[in-house]
Amino acid sequence: MDSGNTPQSRPEQGVPPTDKRKMVLAGVLLAIPIVVLLWVPHYAKVEPDLLGFPFFFWYQFLWVFICSGLTYAAYRLTLSARGLTTHKVGDDR
Amino acid sequence: MTPQLTVLAADTDGVNGVALAVLIALFALVTVAGFMASRFMRADSMETLDEWGLGGRKFGTWITWFLLGGDLYTAYTFVAVPAAMFATGAVAGFFAVPYTIILYPIIFIFMARLWSVSHRHGYVTTADFVRGRYDDRGLSLAVAVTGFVATMPYIALQLVGIQAVLEVAGLGGGDNILAKDAPLLIAFALLAAYTYSSGLRAPAVIAFVKDILIYLVIIVAIVYLPGQVGGWEAIFGAAEDKMDANNAAAVEAGLKPTSSFIPGSAAFWAYATLALGSAMALFMYPHSVTASLSSNSRNTVRRNAAILPAYSFVLGLLALLGWVAIAAGTQPIGLDGEPNAQLVIPQLFEDMFPSWFAGVAFAAIAIGALVPAAIMSIAAANTFSRNIYKEWINKSATPAQEAKVSKLMSLVVKAFALVFVLTLDKQNAINFQLLGGIWIMQTFPAVVFSLFTRWFHRYGLLAGWAAGMAYGTYEAYQVVNPVTGKHFGGSTALIPGIEQMGYIAVTAFVLNVAVAVVLSAICNAMKVSNGKDETIAFDYFADADDPRVQKDLAAHDTHADPYGDPDDIPGNAAAR
Repeated sequence: MDSGNTPQSRPEQGVPPTDKRKMVLAGVLLAIPIVVLLWVPHYAKVEPDLLGFPFFFWYQFLWVFICSGLTYAAYRLTLSARGLTTHKVGDDR
Repeated sequence: MTPQLTVLAADTDGVNGVALAVLIALFALVTVAGFMASRFMRADSMETLDEWGLGGRKFGTWITWFLLGGDLYTAYTFVAVPAAMFATGAVAGFFAVPYTIILYPIIFIFMARLWSVSHRHGYVTTADFVRGRYDDRGLSLAVAVTGFVATMPYIALQLVGIQAVLEVAGLGGGDNILAKDAPLLIAFALLAAYTYSSGLRAPAVIAFVKDILIYLVIIVAIVYLPGQVGGWEAIFGAAEDKMDANNAAAVEAGLKPTSSFIPGSAAFWAYATLALGSAMALFMYPHSVTASLSSNSRNTVRRNAAILPAYSFVLGLLALLGWVAIAAGTQPIGLDGEPNAQLVIPQLFEDMFPSWFAGVAFAAIAIGALVPAAIMSIAAANTFSRNIYKEWINKSATPAQEAKVSKLMSLVVKAFALVFVLTLDKQNAINFQLLGGIWIMQTFPAVVFSLFTRWFHRYGLLAGWAAGMAYGTYEAYQVVNPVTGKHFGGSTALIPGIEQMGYIAVTAFVLNVAVAVVLSAICNAMKVSNGKDETIAFDYFADADDPRVQKDLAAHDTHADPYGDPDDIPGNAAAR
C-alpha cells in the first residue's frame, strides 16, 4: 500500500490542470475584503454620513455587497481555471 | 439630541394573550413540520449517519443556503448581538458585521477542499479528516472533543434566546423552580423529540418557515420602527448619548470605560480581532461543517459563499435594532424585576407592535433559535459517535449502532446546554459564543492547514492545540466581570507585545501556530514519522460528477462491510 506522500504513478490522481494566474487573481479578490475590514482605523469615523447613518455603519453595509460581488467573481474564476469537472469523463483509470 | 421617548407598554409583566396564542400556534406548526420532515427526500433507511446526520448529502444550492443561514444566524443574531449593542455599543456588538462578511472569503478558500476529500472518504466530521490525513487517534480525539465541548455554550446561547422570548411573552419566571423553567423545558423536549426522529431533515424543512418569518419580521421592523422613534438620526443620537453616559458613569465609579458608539483608537485591535477570530472559528464548529458537507457538490459551497452575505446585511440591521430600542426607551425588565439586556429585542417588539404581530415576531426568534440548536446538537452528536464512540469505545460498531449513539448523544448534548442555561450568568449571552470560539479556533491549524499541506507534523499540531487551549482557557478565566465578580466575564484581554485589548481566541491561535511551526520543524528534521496519509492529491479536487467518485460511491453502497476499502486501491474510496 502506498501512502499519499509518495509520488503518484497515475497522473490523474494528482492535482488537476489549473490556470495558476486565474487562481492567484481569485485569491487576491478574496483577500481584499478581509484586509479592508480588518483595517479598522480607516473607517472608524462619523463623517461623511449617509441618510442619517454615520460613515462607520453604512461603509460596512456597503462592503456586504462588494464582498458578495468579489466572491462571485472569484467563484467564476476558479470554475474557468479548472473547468467544470476536475477530470473529463472517460479519463477513468 | 432627541430626548428618549418613554414607551408605556400596556402590560409589560403580564401574559400577552394574543401574542402568546400566535406564538404557540406557529410553534405547533413547525413541530408538526419537524416530525413530517423524515419523509422529505426520503431515503430507504434513516438508520445510518449519512441519512440521519447529513440528509443523504443531497442538498442543492438553495436548501444549503437556507440550512447554512439557519445555522449561522441564530439567537446570537436576534438576541445576543442586539443586546450587546444595547448595553455597551459597537465594539461589543457590531463587530458581528465584518465578522460575517469576511467569513465567506475565508470558507471559500478551504471549504471546497474539505468537501471533496470528505466526499471521497466518507468523512462526516473534521476529526474524521484529521484521522485520515495523519492516521493519528490522539490528534483526531483532540479535534473531536474540542468540537463537542465548544458547541455546548453555543447551544446554551440558543436556549437563552428562546427563554428571552418566553419571558417577555409572560411565561415562566416566579419563585417555583419547576414553573419558572417549565416553558423552556417543554420547548426543549419538542426540539429533542423531532430532532431524534427526523435528523438533519427536520431543521432543513423548518429553516424555510423560519427564514420566511424572520425576513417578514425584519422588513417590518426596519421599515416601521425607526420612523416611530424619530428616524435614524435620532436613533444614532440616542445611542451616542447613552454610550457617553455609560462611560462617564464608569469613570466616576473608578472602572474602565467600556461602552462605544464608534470604536475609538484603543478598540481597533479588539474590533478587528473579534471579527477575524469569530470568522475563522465559525466553520470549525461541527454544525457548520455538517451543513457544508450536506450539500451535493463542491461548487455548491462556493456558490453559497457568494450569496450568503445577504444574511450579513440583515444581521447588521438586527444589530442596530439594539439602538432602536435605546431611542425607544425600551426597558428590558425580567419577570424577577431585574434588568436583563437579553430581553431587549422581544421587549421592543412587544412595546411597538400590535399583539398579533408581536406573536409572529416572538415565533420568529424562538424558531430562529430552535433550528440551529437542532443542527448543532446533531453535529456534536455525530462527532461523538464517530470519533469518540467508534474510535475508542466500540470499534466494531455497525452503522445502525453509530446512528443510534448519535441520536442519544444529541439528547445528551442538549441536556448539558440546558444545564449551562439554568446555572450560568446569562446577562452577557454573546460571551457564550465567544468562549466557544476561543476553544474551537484551536482546531483551525490541524484542519485547515492540513487541507493544503502535510508539512505540519501531527505532534506539532497536537502540542500547538494544547498550548492554545490552555492559554485561551486560562486567559478567559482571568477576565472577571467587574460588576458580578464572576470569572469568564468576557473574551478580550491584553495582547502580549502589542498591549492592546484583543480577542483571546486570536492570541491563543497565534501561540498555537507558533508552537506547531517550531515543533513541526524539529520533528521533520529528526524524521519522526508523520503518520500514514490515506488521502491523495486528487481527493482535494474531486467533484460529485466525477466518474471515479460515482464508481466509488456505488462500490461503497454494495459493499458488505462499510468500513473496508471496497477495491483495496488506496485513496479512492470511503475507507472509514
